[in-house]
Amino acid sequence: MRGWGTVGTLLLVGIGFVLVALWVNRLVRPDRARGAALTSYECGVDPVGTGWVQAHIRYYAYAFMYVIFAVEAIFLFPWATVFVRPELGAAALVEMGIFVVLLALGLLYAWRKRVLTWV
Amino acid sequence: MPEIVQLAIKVVGVLAAFLLLPLLIGQTEHKVMAHMQGRLGPMYAGAFHGWAQLVADAVKFVQKEEIVPAAADRAVFRLAPVVALLPYLLVLVVVPLGPGTVAEKLDTGLFYALAVTGVGVLGMLMGAWASGSKYSLIGGLRGAGQLLAYELPLVLASASVAMAAGTLSLTGIVTAWRPWWLVWQLPAAVVFFVAGLAEIRRPPFDMPLAESELVFGYLTEYTGLRFALFLLAEYAGIVVISALTVVLFLGGWRGPLLPGPAWTLIKIFGLALVVIWVRVAFPRLREDQLQRLAWLGLVPVALGQLLLTGVVRWWIAS
Repeated sequence: MRGWGTVGTLLLVGIGFVLVALWVNRLVRPDRARGAALTSYECGVDPVGTGWVQAHIRYYAYAFMYVIFAVEAIFLFPWATVFVRPELGAAALVEMGIFVVLLALGLLYAWRKRVLTWV
Repeated sequence: MPEIVQLAIKVVGVLAAFLLLPLLIGQTEHKVMAHMQGRLGPMYAGAFHGWAQLVADAVKFVQKEEIVPAAADRAVFRLAPVVALLPYLLVLVVVPLGPGTVAEKLDTGLFYALAVTGVGVLGMLMGAWASGSKYSLIGGLRGAGQLLAYELPLVLASASVAMAAGTLSLTGIVTAWRPWWLVWQLPAAVVFFVAGLAEIRRPPFDMPLAESELVFGYLTEYTGLRFALFLLAEYAGIVVISALTVVLFLGGWRGPLLPGPAWTLIKIFGLALVVIWVRVAFPRLREDQLQRLAWLGLVPVALGQLLLTGVVRWWIAS
């Protein structure tokens, strides 16, 4: 666990830095915004409805692919540091090769099935 | 030296780098971009070629009124810039300037760096959603789509280096680095840098901001100091992505004649110049074009690089 103390301290110092900056900001800035100044920006006209509008999420197929590959990446990092150890032989490399190629085939399949489009 | 003094030096050093380097890169961007576009850029502030422009900007931002729109989710809206900014500060802890010049040699430095940079994106998504504005929301949706495109190539490309070096420690990676890796790891380096540009939402991947379409995307509703924090996060992001590319792919402190830290800084600034140059040279991509580029270009290249790295590394070892 050596070294994480610095990370923690730096996080606290960073939070402190931001808090001080915002505090100075509070001391010197005006605070007169009322009424129209607080409306959402819509190019000068009054905002229509709420800002949280319904929008089409056009990339959900990508999201599925992303999750699958992200899980692969988690396996990849611990494996990357040890795969050349002599006691593992060629097996470690071949197994990861199969794993990667299978995922690549999945990507190829998704592409051929034309799901990789902005629907 | 007592431990507390050491800790203080480390923390102050990282904080100084975090505040100074983005400022230098920001000023360089002002001037370099201006000259690339045949104009002068800031000339007035500080008298000599406008060197104090960013200081003047900071003073102005601090005095600006802070407006939280009535429609916004107040708490999240106010927290978002901090979440966007602080991860880049924390990443600098593991970036080695020289063989011994590093705040902390974490054994899992690479993993830590990737994990923490990923958090910065949450700040953007928080700001986009909490603003309660249509422009911000669309900017945020684009940002989320972008996240799906670049995160994977970024991670796969860095995994390739981890395989080559056999360690996740950034200091260890530079120690293991050899000049011929420039060729061996070239595809991964290109993939990492391009994906990194998309991660920090720099042109040509600034669709979440897209000032000519979405006003200013997820930053539309931000004013004053919180807006400035987001801007600082962008430039700190350039530092972080350039620094990580240098450490992973360009041999960090390795180089003839000059001392190690000088080489690291020279390389970081060289890459930062490329980042600025790319902004001037390329038009903004559409979000779907980025997805195409990522899934049919970057990801297959990164997967191929993984196989290449694995085979070559195994062949060397046996």
